[in-house]
Amino acid sequence: MNDSTTPSPLVELRDLTFGYGDRVILKNLSFKVPRGQVTALMGVSGGGKTTVLRLIGGQIRASAGQLLFDGDDITPMGQVQLYAARRRMGMLFQFGALFTDMSVFDNVAFPLREHTRLSEDLIRDIVLMKLDAVGLRGARDLKPSEISGGMSRRVALARAIALDPDLIMYDEPFAGLDPISLGTAARLIRRLNDSLGITSVVVSHDVNETFEIADHVVILANGGVAAQGTPAELRASTDPLIHQFVHALSDGPVPFHYPAPTAVQDYDRRSA
Amino acid sequence: MITTMLGALGANTRQLLADWGFAARLFFKLLGMSGAALKRFALVRDQVHFLGNYSLAIITVSGLFVGFVLGLQGYYTLQRYGSAEALGLLVALSLVRELGPVVAALLFAGRAGASLTAEIGLMRAGEQLTALEMMAVDPLQRILAPRFWGGIIALPLLAAVFSAVGILGGYVVGVLLIGVDAGSFWSQMQGGVDVFKDVGNGIIKSVVFGVAVTFIALLQGYVAKPTPEGVASATTRSVVVSSLSVLGLDFILTAMMFSI
Repeated sequence: MNDSTTPSPLVELRDLTFGYGDRVILKNLSFKVPRGQVTALMGVSGGGKTTVLRLIGGQIRASAGQLLFDGDDITPMGQVQLYAARRRMGMLFQFGALFTDMSVFDNVAFPLREHTRLSEDLIRDIVLMKLDAVGLRGARDLKPSEISGGMSRRVALARAIALDPDLIMYDEPFAGLDPISLGTAARLIRRLNDSLGITSVVVSHDVNETFEIADHVVILANGGVAAQGTPAELRASTDPLIHQFVHALSDGPVPFHYPAPTAVQDYDRRSA
Repeated sequence: MITTMLGALGANTRQLLADWGFAARLFFKLLGMSGAALKRFALVRDQVHFLGNYSLAIITVSGLFVGFVLGLQGYYTLQRYGSAEALGLLVALSLVRELGPVVAALLFAGRAGASLTAEIGLMRAGEQLTALEMMAVDPLQRILAPRFWGGIIALPLLAAVFSAVGILGGYVVGVLLIGVDAGSFWSQMQGGVDVFKDVGNGIIKSVVFGVAVTFIALLQGYVAKPTPEGVASATTRSVVVSSLSVLGLDFILTAMMFSI
């Protein structure tokens, strides 16, 4: 930390460029993820939001630019350094990605057993605490196949916070949830962020739920940052693209119609 | 026309070389992890238990029937030359040198190999392998290496069970049903089967098959497209490729062992 009033960001992207072959996904992307806050990454589908998470986790490497995690550049890291950095990150996958051959308890215990030499008694206590934090202490003996989608994600969340990470990344945590589970998930993200003092990055395109819990919102479009600020600032934005996105309008800078010849040309051809 | 054909040929060749290169690198990575994998022997032991149990029923039943048939066919051939008392030797040699390792490997490929491929493929599709990576756990080390060694250890054991049950099957048909002398059945077997040349070669074969079948199953699961169709076709490919490899390797190994 630099000083007490403006702590350095936990994650910082500087002119990050990434693409598959000739297809550029992210171009000169720069933004900061402030410590201790919930940062939302938003944008239309296919806009590179999940790509950013995968870059932060080091699963894919940027072709140019820097990606600083607590001051260290992730991009050039070898496996040992990268694994050391990943121990300080938790990631919640879209569908939980629980290990299907293990019980809920063993799933949450997995990172503890792999990375620590704690006794089984202590592991049991930690696992029950983590499960209690997501409200599923009573579900510890169930198999992943026996619980609902919303519950799987909460178990995965307990697993992601098992090692008390500094950063937790959520990939589409609200996709496909019923309204009750959705509200639960949103409040849980906020509560864990505040009570554990971690930094959260939420990738989502669910404007209402996300704006409810985020401190800081980054909207990605065309491989770069289209806008960023607090939810209130973005709601008030007059930028046509941001306005369309935040208010979920079907037409605007992102057109309703897929590019096509004009209607006159198309229909004329049929009569000819 | 010709340029597109040449281009396609070149692209296919490159892809083939890339696939082989990937497979070879994965193989050597797994071998390199052997020490660490065997150090956490509990994981390997679980896999031996799991894979062995998977195939034990089918191996035992098949071994018994192959033994029955060997008893009948062997007796039919041998009694023409008036040497039916050598039936025990014929049954034992056929099983220990050839049928035990080969048939056990084929059954293992169909039962345990297919389920390994499906398991790894589904872990890939369900992002479980990525989740492991994000937990700073190497999936090769934690998931693939113990299964690799589990398969290598399990298959020779299964082949031994297959041969033992097959010999019992040959005994049931030859001695109990047809009436070959029990004493000569066992003594011919005892005298004629060499521990190193016959049993040893059989063990070498089943270890090699264990490496091949398990590795192919893991590879196919690891590179499977992360979709239901991808996992399904990977499972099929795993069984086809590993069965053919077993038969091909069997010929090569047998030829080598003959020349020694």
